[in-house]
Formats: sequence, C-alpha cells, structure tokens
Amino acid sequence: MASLVVAEHDNKSLKEATAKTVTAAAQVSAPVHVLVAGSDCGAVAEAASKLAGVEKVLVADDPLYAKMVAEPMEALILSLAPNYDAILAPATTNGKNYLPRVAARLDVPQVSEIIKVVGPDTFERPIYAGNAIATVQAPAGKKIITVRTTAFKAAESTGNAAIEKATAANDPGASHFVGEELSRSERPELASAKTVISGGRGLGSAENFRILEKIADQLHAALGASRAAVDAGYVPNDYQVGQTGKVVAPELYIAVGISGAIQHLAGMKDSKTIVAINKDEDAPIFQIADYGLVADLFQAIPEIEAELTRLGY
Amino acid sequence: MKVLVPVKRVIDFNVKVRVKADGSGVDLANVKMSMNPFDEIAVEEALRLREKGKANEVVAVSIGPQQASETIRTALAMGADRGIHVKVDGEIEPLAVAKILKTICEVEQPGLVILGKQAIDDDSNQTGQMLAALLGWPQGTFAHKLEIGDGKANVEREIDGGLQTVEVKLPAIVTTDLRLNEPRYASLPNIMKAKKKPIDQKTPAEYGVDVTPRLKVLKVSEPGKRTAGVKLKTATELVGKLKEIGAI
Ligand SMILES: Cc1cc2nc3c(=O)[nH]c(=O)nc-3n(C[C@H](O)[C@H](O)[C@H](O)COP(=O)(O)OP(=O)(O)OC[C@H]3O[C@@H](n4cnc5c(N)ncnc54)[C@H](O)[C@@H]3O)c2cc1C
Ligand SMILES: Nc1ncnc2c1ncn2[C@@H]1O[C@H](COP(=O)(O)O)[C@@H](O)[C@H]1O
Repeated sequence: MASLVVAEHDNKSLKEATAKTVTAAAQVSAPVHVLVAGSDCGAVAEAASKLAGVEKVLVADDPLYAKMVAEPMEALILSLAPNYDAILAPATTNGKNYLPRVAARLDVPQVSEIIKVVGPDTFERPIYAGNAIATVQAPAGKKIITVRTTAFKAAESTGNAAIEKATAANDPGASHFVGEELSRSERPELASAKTVISGGRGLGSAENFRILEKIADQLHAALGASRAAVDAGYVPNDYQVGQTGKVVAPELYIAVGISGAIQHLAGMKDSKTIVAINKDEDAPIFQIADYGLVADLFQAIPEIEAELTRLGY
Repeated sequence: MKVLVPVKRVIDFNVKVRVKADGSGVDLANVKMSMNPFDEIAVEEALRLREKGKANEVVAVSIGPQQASETIRTALAMGADRGIHVKVDGEIEPLAVAKILKTICEVEQPGLVILGKQAIDDDSNQTGQMLAALLGWPQGTFAHKLEIGDGKANVEREIDGGLQTVEVKLPAIVTTDLRLNEPRYASLPNIMKAKKKPIDQKTPAEYGVDVTPRLKVLKVSEPGKRTAGVKLKTATELVGKLKEIGAI
C-alpha cells in the first residue's frame, strides 16, 4: 500500500521535520503521501509537493485544523487511515498530541520516536532517556509511528507531487483552541539550527541569560536551556533541551553553565561537536564534550564574544 | 467531581541505567524505584483541586507488580483518598494500560483523569492520549496550567513554539508537564495516615484486558558512547579550535 505522513507546519511554511519524516516513511512503506491539515495552508501544500519521494499531497484546508487540535486531527486521520499501512508524524508536540489517539482507535500500539527503520515492521527507539536503545517489532496491521527527526536526513525539494483536496471530517466538538503565546525570535529555530547555545542554572537570572545573545547572533545560533533555567524563569519553556523537552543534534552545541544531567544529555548528545563551559572541572558535561573550558562563564563569554568580533563574526 | 490519577512505578530519575549484557533489557535488580516524576505532579494537581473545592475525591491507580502498591501508598501519603492496584508482572504497554484505565473510568466515573505526559522508563508519551481516544473524551496534554470551569476546563499547554490554551468539555484527560506545579513532600503524620487508606486489589482479567505486549522487543542495546575530548585553557584558544575544525 502506502504510508501517510502528517505534515508539521504553521499554515504558512512547512517545517523541516516533515521532510525528515518523509525519509523515514519511504523506508517503512512507499509510496509516501503527505497530509497537510491546516487553514489557508496552500503554500504549505505547495512545499510538501516538492519533497522527493512524495507521490501525493492531501490538503484538508479548514479552520478546524488551524491549530491541529487533537480531537479533529484524530477524526481526519482516521477517515484516511484505510488507505495506508503506515501513518507517521514527527515527534513534535503536535505529533505526540494527536497520533496516539489514532493508534488507540485502530487498536494498534504506537512506536514512539523511532531513530532507525531496520525493516518495514522493525524499528529502533531510545528508552530510559536514551541510555538504552530498543529494537522493536510491530505486530501485523497498521504501523503508527512518531519519528525523532534528528535521526533522519531531510528529503530534498526535487519532487513534483500531485495535490488533492481531502474532505474535512466532522468536528467532535469537545474541545477548541482558545489562544496562544508564542515565543518570537529572529534567531533560527532550536529544532533545526546548525548551532545551538544553551544556558543552565549557572546563568543565575533572566537578565544574565542575555549575555548569550550576542554570541548567538554572531554564530547565527539558536538559544536553548536546561530544565533548571526554564524552571527558574530565565527563559520560556520552549527553550528546554532534553529527555522531556526538545531533542536537538546541531553541528555545534555549546553548553554554558549546565552540569550535564542525563535528562539534559538525552536531548543533545547526538550533536556533532559539543563544547562545555563550566567552572566546575568535575561537571559531568565534560565527559561528553569535545572541547571543554573550565572557567567562570561571566568571564569566558565576553572573551569569546570579543574574539569572534576580532575575527569578523 | 472525582479525579483519577494513574501513577507508574519507574526507575528513579537519578539512577544511571545499565543495559544487560545479553541484550534482553535493562538491569532493574536492586535499583531504586520511585513514582514517575510527572505522576507526582499529577497527584499534586489533583490534591490542589480538592483543596480548592473543585474536586471531592482523588483516586490513585497503578498497574504493575506487587511493589506498585508502594507507589500508590506514596500518592496516599501525599493526600490521595484511596487506591486501585491492578497487578501485572512484567512489561505492560501504554495501549493495555489505557484499556484498563478506560474500564476503571467506566466504573468510577471521574470528571477528570490527570496522568503524567511521559513515563521516564519507556518514554512513550502515549497513555493519556490513548485513554482519551478510547473513551471519546477530549484532552489537554503537556499541561502548564489548569483551570476548572463549569463543565469545562482550560488547559494551557507547553508546545514547541511556546504556550497554547485549549478548552475541553468535562469529563476530560489532562497530562502534566514539568511547570504545572511543584509536588509536595509527604509529611510523617500523613505517611502514617496513608497506611490506613484502602487500596483495592484487581487483576487485568477482572477488566477483561489482555496485557500481552504487542510490540516485540528484539533486543536492547547500549547507545553509541561519546568520550571526553580536550580541555582548553582560554576562550581565545576555544574559538581558534572551533574555527580550525570548521565548526564556526
Ligand atoms: C522528570 C524529569 C525530566 C527532566 N527533563 C529535563 C530536560 O528535558 N532537560 C534538562 O535539561 N533537564 C531535565 N531534567 C532536570 C535535570 O535532572 C537537571 O536537574 C537539570 O538538567 C539541571 O540543570 P542545570 O545543569 O542548568 O543546573 P545544575 O545541575 O544546577 O548545574 C549548574 C551548573 O552551572 C555551573 N555554574 C554555576 N555558575 C557558573 C559560572 N559562573 N560559570 C560557569 N559555570 C557555572 C555549575 O558548576 C553547575 O555545573 C529533568 C528532571 C526530571 C526529574
Ligand atoms: N503501568 C501504569 N500504571 C499507572 N499509570 C501508568 C502506567 N503506565 C503509564 N501510566 C500513566 O501514563 C503516563 C504516560 O506514560 P507513557 O505513555 O508510558 O509515557 C504516566 O505518566 C502515568 O500517568
């Protein structure tokens, strides 16, 4: 049959997470169809139709799907499910929200956050904060999968798939979107940035946290944080990197004033190069860092900034 | 309104897990076990609803081995009113947990079920959503703030881009995120009191649920290891090194 990828987007642009999920889907069951559920999301459908390996894009363009509320998403995906033997979504907060509902209604287990497709029914997924990798085989029947997107390459934009309308399903009517408070930033998105600078409790306050902004700008980096920094209110919740926050794997990850708890490492240890700046030479973060600097961050950060400026960054 | 809180017994978050040499799983012998941290947040939220007069009973449910009753005791010591222990030995998957919880909901008729967003052992992040779908109830997952209104609730949720609020009709499912509250510690008198609170003993068969895992774990292996690199002496040296390897 085929696999269906549920697109991640904000009604204006398609997120890279979708292109990565398409790569995983093609390994599970080809051809790949992409479902774009949104409102005024024509541009997103256009972008999805360009992804290599995608045969068809289904667009459910309806205000009901503007915020991907879980209950209408469940109804929509279930209405399309009979045509597919695998349904995949990126392991974003959206995918994690609606997809288990679909699995439960189909009476099949969901395979969460796969990092490798071993075979059409066999997958690798991290458990225990990534301290163990389980290889699991799904039973016969539909495969319902969320994908850890850092583990897959993005499908290229060289395709030209057909775009078709999908009929909106009924609104179950038990829930609705009320409002949102989104973090605004000119910087790259944490999930897909090439460089990430994260701050921890060592930063000490929301005001001090801003010391990282200048080098973030110099390096075109996204800002991230440990749970402790988020809990203390230095930065918003969407900055959290880790087992229970965002998983990132940039080219360069710079951890500043972060001790390196396993829950934090779970979200960044697949980064290509890891730098740690910490005043405690025994901080566990140094055990996984490629380059360590034992220093007071309030001294080291301005020095790095000055050196970058000198080098023309 | 009755609030049901499913609590899972998991390896303590401070324990460094070890993968068994034969690849059959992780070594759980003699390691510290605790209530899943997100479930402590769930219990706390339920207690606060009771203290605010929004709820009148808090029921803790755990599905697991004999010792899962200790996890229920912890919830009772925090202040929950009574417990239900469904005894299952060995692994149990989110779908089976959700099916058992569904039947319990049909019997208990709670107005709200508060679960953790994720168990820190299987890292599935599924059970609450599955339970909601099986019951046909709405959900507010990854809750940052919960407000109970008249026949409905507003759930402010932690999402990738920031915060989002949804309104759900009750009965509903809520799953907790880290910032919802800070769970209390059980006081000594409350630990003593908890010993007298009732825990119902049940089996999956009584709920007519087959708990045989549907996903076959073929093996469990160690992740790729990273090794410590070099320590540099100055910030300038660090920048030079990053430039040299092309990282900046
Ligand atoms: C259920 C659960 C889920 C969790 N999920 C996550 C998660 O997703 N992500 C996450 O990050 N954590 C998570 N945690 C929390 C985790 O266990 C740690 O508590 C947290 O990561 C610690 O953050 P930190 O390193 O910033 O703080 P700390 O551990 O307090 O470390 C601060 C570091 O800063 C250094 N420092 C202080 N001052 C300076 C200075 N002036 N210059 C240089 N260095 C300095 C100190 O030496 C220390 O190493 C979770 C915990 C639980 C229980
Ligand atoms: N065996 C269990 N007993 C009680 N509650 C459970 C059990 N398994 C999962 N849960 C609940 O479901 C939540 C999410 O778990 P999971 O879907 O496995 O990540 C947990 O935080 C618990 O609230």
